[in-house]
Amino acid sequence: MSVTGVLANRRSALAAILEHPTIRALRRNPSAVAGGLVVATITVLAIVGPVLTPYDPNAQHLGNRLQGPSLAHPFGTDQLGRDVATRLLYGARITLGLAVLVTAVRLTIGVVVGLIAGYCGGWVDEALMRLVDVLLAFPGIVLALVVAGILGPSLTNLALALAVVGWTRYARVVRSSVLEMRERPFVQASRLTGAPRRRVLRRHVLPNVAGPVVVLATLDLGGVILAAAGLSFLGLGAQPPAPEWGTMLSTGRHHLREASWLVNAPGLAIVVAVLGTNLLGDGLRDALDPNDRTERSGREVSRRD
Amino acid sequence: MSYLLRRLASSTVVLFGVTVLTFGLVHLTPGDPARTVLAERQGRQPSEADVREFRAEQGLNDPVPIQYGNWLGDVLRGDLGRSYYGDGDVLELLLAYLPNTIELAGASILIAVAIAIPAGVVSAVYRGTWIDYVSQGTSLIGVSMPNFWLGYLLIIGGALRLGVFPVYGAGTLAHLVLPAITLGTGMAAVLTRLVRSSLLETLEEPYVDAARARGLAERGVVTAHALRTALLPVVTMIGLQLGYVLGGAVVVEVVFQRPGLGTLLVDAVFARDFPVIQGVTLLVGATFVLVNLLTDLAYHRLDPRVSLGGGRA
Repeated sequence: MSVTGVLANRRSALAAILEHPTIRALRRNPSAVAGGLVVATITVLAIVGPVLTPYDPNAQHLGNRLQGPSLAHPFGTDQLGRDVATRLLYGARITLGLAVLVTAVRLTIGVVVGLIAGYCGGWVDEALMRLVDVLLAFPGIVLALVVAGILGPSLTNLALALAVVGWTRYARVVRSSVLEMRERPFVQASRLTGAPRRRVLRRHVLPNVAGPVVVLATLDLGGVILAAAGLSFLGLGAQPPAPEWGTMLSTGRHHLREASWLVNAPGLAIVVAVLGTNLLGDGLRDALDPNDRTERSGREVSRRD
Repeated sequence: MSYLLRRLASSTVVLFGVTVLTFGLVHLTPGDPARTVLAERQGRQPSEADVREFRAEQGLNDPVPIQYGNWLGDVLRGDLGRSYYGDGDVLELLLAYLPNTIELAGASILIAVAIAIPAGVVSAVYRGTWIDYVSQGTSLIGVSMPNFWLGYLLIIGGALRLGVFPVYGAGTLAHLVLPAITLGTGMAAVLTRLVRSSLLETLEEPYVDAARARGLAERGVVTAHALRTALLPVVTMIGLQLGYVLGGAVVVEVVFQRPGLGTLLVDAVFARDFPVIQGVTLLVGATFVLVNLLTDLAYHRLDPRVSLGGGRA
């Protein structure tokens, strides 16, 4: 096939994706477009960050300490003379990486638990749902704080703590979808034909829960970013000199009077990232399920972690 | 009645789970807690004799289920143990720090409700206009705002620049203002969205249309008819938000260096002071279960439409 042919194929594949009903709904949704752009920009910045800056995130220049924002240092320098903008760029990698990883683990645990509870029913369901209730009896950040603190302050333990305390909402959503699906005629028909359980789950149940789970995960990203930054701020996540945003804010607070940018630059970075994922999540929810009213309430927004 | 019993039973089960989790958490610790604590306390490697004595004194030699049983028995008698450091009684510590946190939580909830109900109602009534967009945009930013940064912004503006409020500590009303605004506005952002969507839903109910058809002015329809129903889920939400307030209080107390349950917990976590960690965790978990139970019961009392036989979500 000629080069132009391949390109044309690619283009038509791209066009097919862009014309998919869900994607079209997303493209028409201003909050999804805005959120998507913000998230895409941060992701690109995180990937190409080192190319954009002449500085090393950890190189100290004590002669240059606590410089206010300038052309050479758009977000100023910190107490060790490091370029704050560079550190934010490198920090985006930690923040995004952690958020995606934690959310993926939460999602996996939640989906598995929800499927088991919904499909097995009986005492298995009862036991798992009581476990969910127990976990929900604690504010997520308190439980994560205790788990991370007891395991010992590190980025890995923070991720672990955030993952094990935060899967409950996925489990609930998946479980109730499974219960609902089980009663649908096409699922019952499939079971009556003797299709094995696993096949029924994979062919009929999973595709139907995918939408709500993806929406939940997108909204969850923002919550994970906030929780991770908050716990790092308390000293339980990334340890200095790691350029994690919460950690940067935590060290910057000692220079509140003379160098408020040390607190404001990472704060702003966190808000933009969380705002982006929340906008995208809101947009996705509306695009995937325009009729779903109950999910529109503030309840699903990621703040509660 | 059977609903009440069922609800009580499930709360008891959850409460039991809360005690198991609270007790079990500290056993996640890598290494020997006796050694860790003694090393911290004495500032050097503890002697074997000290470790043995500490283990015996704290009952750490028993099998874990026995330790749990003893601990639970003590807890039920109101004995939460003693802090590993300074020998303070945990219950006394909790009671000493609790009032500051309650004060902060109460003030924050007041601020949140005072902002969220008017903002949510105006947003719903003027749906799709610029007022609605401004309100929704503001609450989205509020939801996305890390409260520790908001706290420092307020410190920079209200305390350092204006010099109106004290920066750190607790005790007077002036000390309460900035932390309560920090925590309250974050909560208001979540509540505003809920009030708006709840009212929008109610405004489409047939009985609201009926009120309109009877010729009632829109203002009367909203305030006399729709708002009462629409605020019901908001009541539940305020109850559920207690979790958010307690979680947020941890960070906000650290920002404003306010003595409270949050600062107590963070200090205990870094010092590996297990009895204090268990005490705070248990108090938070038990409070949350209790508040949930009460909100649920209040909700069923208030709303005749709620089916008492309904399944759990």
